[in-house]
Amino acid sequence: MTVPVRRFDAVIVGGGGAGMRAALQLSESGLKTAVLSKVFPTRSHTVAAQGGISASLGNVQEDRWEWHMYDTVKGSDWLGDQDAIEFMCRKAPEAVIELEHFGMPFDRLENGKIYQRPFGGHTQNNGESPVQRACAAADRTGHAMLHTLYQRNVRANTQFFVEWMALDLIRDEAGDVVGVTALEMETGEVYIFHAKAVLFATGGAGRIYAASTNAFINTGDGLGMCVRAGIPLEDMEFWQFHPTGVAGAGVLITEGVRGEGGILLNANGERFMERYAPNLKDLAPRDFVARSMEQEVLEGRGCGPNKDYVLLKLDHLGPDIIKQRLPGIREIAIKFAGVDPIKEPIPVIPTCHYMMGGIPTNYRGEVVIPQGDNPEARVNGFYAAGECACASVHGANRLGTNSLLDLVVFGKSAGDSMVEFIRNEMPNWKPLPANAAERSLARISRLDNQTNGEDVTEVRTAMQRTVQARAAVFRNSENLALGVKEIQEVAERVKRIQIKDKSKVFNTARVEALELENLIEVAVATLISADARKESRGAHAHADFQQRDDEVWMKHTLYYGDDRRLTYKPVHTKPLSVDYIPPKERTF
Amino acid sequence: MTDIDPVEIKRIRWRSRRGLLELDIVLERFLANGFDQLTMAELAAYRKCLELGDNDFLDYVNGKAEVDDPELAHIIGILRAV
Repeated sequence: MTVPVRRFDAVIVGGGGAGMRAALQLSESGLKTAVLSKVFPTRSHTVAAQGGISASLGNVQEDRWEWHMYDTVKGSDWLGDQDAIEFMCRKAPEAVIELEHFGMPFDRLENGKIYQRPFGGHTQNNGESPVQRACAAADRTGHAMLHTLYQRNVRANTQFFVEWMALDLIRDEAGDVVGVTALEMETGEVYIFHAKAVLFATGGAGRIYAASTNAFINTGDGLGMCVRAGIPLEDMEFWQFHPTGVAGAGVLITEGVRGEGGILLNANGERFMERYAPNLKDLAPRDFVARSMEQEVLEGRGCGPNKDYVLLKLDHLGPDIIKQRLPGIREIAIKFAGVDPIKEPIPVIPTCHYMMGGIPTNYRGEVVIPQGDNPEARVNGFYAAGECACASVHGANRLGTNSLLDLVVFGKSAGDSMVEFIRNEMPNWKPLPANAAERSLARISRLDNQTNGEDVTEVRTAMQRTVQARAAVFRNSENLALGVKEIQEVAERVKRIQIKDKSKVFNTARVEALELENLIEVAVATLISADARKESRGAHAHADFQQRDDEVWMKHTLYYGDDRRLTYKPVHTKPLSVDYIPPKERTF
Repeated sequence: MTDIDPVEIKRIRWRSRRGLLELDIVLERFLANGFDQLTMAELAAYRKCLELGDNDFLDYVNGKAEVDDPELAHIIGILRAV
């Protein structure tokens, strides 16, 4: 079967903040650049980022990039690579000012400079006192960033392929990346995108969890493509959670609700936080509350038909306080939980928010994998940036407002690296391998021909329940070992998923099946990586190994999908220009 | 809705996938319950909603912002009730 080929200097998969920042760099350099996106670029999940973007501009209070670096290293629980962290924090002021020059409407001070707001974990002088470092465009920072970057890209002649889903990475015999295959949803046809360099900016994969704040499009497509192409995934055991999302929906209930007197109850109506934290009770730290909630569920005291959530009770506060001090919460509860909190408690569960791990890269955005004695050999022609990449700046836990910063700093850096690579090393296209589209065509053909198979929605739900029950915030050896076994059983079922609608044009059932094939790779990587890490660090809190163990475990996990094995590589302890920040106990 | 190109219906269903989870949930419910009963005019209005930015769209659906466009007001009313 002949598959049509389209040729570009650079192909970018994903039209969110990172993909569009990289595309701009390439297009403005005069290179022919394509961006493939499942949805219209300004509807990427970057739009959900409200908090802001951090940079040590010092517009409100004295600030230095070195302090931002310290906060990021500490936030990462010393799993972040300090060269990449220095690179990001040093570049932050320049990146934000550049966005301002592009026309991004930041909030301003009276003197005209960009306003900066306080944010958890942002400090002066290495933890001494809080500092105002977050730059924002009202509560629409992500939205403003997407629109700004989209307009610039249109002006720079970036070619957008909207409603195209990338299917597989194309590597030649030497292992170099020479393109991707992609499905045009409008026609159902598969194409080859032949490129001198490919960048993945496919975002997170939070949909592996039953409880997730991520939009439905966040299915880890780039990660799935990597696993199938023999590229390992880094630090997949680290996922950031929020304690109170609406069960079954994922929409967040602000922590302010507990501050105003909301309390958590189990199925017996017991205020269980009194047992875990006799003094602070429901106001104990975020991760502690989340783990206690899950422990209740695991010990059979969860609520509902599946006993899989706890209740957040507010009715004792009275209707006036709920309406006055917690605006919007009542509407969220009614709309997404189907309960009026004036009368009934809200079902809640710890909810996945952000993926710290991803495709292994260096701070230049180059994808790097172990080869011989070199733990970080460059994969020629392959780049990644944004949430799908692991540079690693977030390490074991991400500092708030560093995600938007990550997108623009590493999007640009990867774009620069690609321009340099194409100009200096790849003036002409490497030939495509003869079987370039084989894997993708086989996947589609299996879906079309499968009979007596499994239902996509059912298998996806089984995957999400397993990951939620075994690898959310409460982790122990027994539970993780069970999870490894169970998720591999679900992975066997994914091999037999079936779709009823076999039509070609805009077949969303087919797209969802292909997405599930990506999600399951991420889910298996998460369970296997988490099961192996016998310590507690950042977001990976292990009940049987409660201490951080720098001696043994200050290292990055690498997961290979072909034989589901793990290897490890060292954390970068040499920053680019400053002294190493040695590990300390992480207290706040 | 029988006169509409079935491909267009599929396209509209895909474009109901958004960048914000809250919209995904509301629109998923609507597609499962209500979407098939839309009149031609309502469908045209829904298509227009899909062109909105996600934050504006959600503010309308949540009742945080008033809908000025009379063409959209009716369909937003339907979505608010989902």
